Amino acid sequence: MVVDNRTARADRVFHALADPTRRDIVRRALGAEHSVSALARAYPMSVAAVQKHVAVLERAGLVTKVRSGREQLVRGNVKALVEARRALDRLEEVWRSRIERIGEILAEEEGKSR
Amino acid sequence: MSVIQVDKDVTAGTMTVVAEFDAPVERVWRLWEDPRQLEKWWGPPTYPATVVTHDLTPGGKVNYFMTGPEGDQPRGWWRVIAVDPPHRLEFEDGFADESGDPMPDMPTMVIVVTLAARPGGGTRMVTATTFPSTEAMESLLAMGMEEGMAAAMGQIDGLLAAG
Repeated sequence: MVVDNRTARADRVFHALADPTRRDIVRRALGAEHSVSALARAYPMSVAAVQKHVAVLERAGLVTKVRSGREQLVRGNVKALVEARRALDRLEEVWRSRIERIGEILAEEEGKSR
Repeated sequence: MSVIQVDKDVTAGTMTVVAEFDAPVERVWRLWEDPRQLEKWWGPPTYPATVVTHDLTPGGKVNYFMTGPEGDQPRGWWRVIAVDPPHRLEFEDGFADESGDPMPDMPTMVIVVTLAARPGGGTRMVTATTFPSTEAMESLLAMGMEEGMAAAMGQIDGLLAAG
């Protein structure tokens, strides 16, 4: 079912971004393509551990891997981050308009009681 | 009356809105507690809400539907997690089917509302919303529950700085 896939994919985005190392990998990969071994040198962890983080990010659609000769380069996906940001911006508009309506209701009462 | 602060955390999928009103806490609480008042502001003018059941006790349910310009009526539900009148309400908000039961496999949001008296009079209301994913939010908005306003896209720099 479509909804299942969408929901599962979405949950992976926030799960992936919840880890500081993975957020840092996304930052770096947005700036330039990096090999997994180059990324591994930036963190106090094994190449295998970094590979696991990259795999989580890849499943969430936050990075893609591109082959370059013998190496796999990690590239950040800006679109996935922009979508996350846009959803929050819309939620902000929803609450701003609700608060505006609450303010109108309260102001109306105040006017009547005078 | 004004929104005084908005904090968005894209990595946690949360948004906190702080607002202040020139009315006492008990009065602002009634906007949540009284279903007739709740329906005056929960939905936008294009999708006004009708509250069918409203039980603000722990485990209690609120069922509502909204009526769109085309006569479409998306349904929603709350499940009350915790309540401490007139200061705090915590609930889950989700989609409902035709009979008002929660739709399985649909995203839900958890909303925590706190009301506190302001030192100079009036009320500070904080609403903290957590949703499971951006895709979840996109599907919520796409289904006509909200205005679907096209908010300006945030800058990537700002997003990363927030992370």
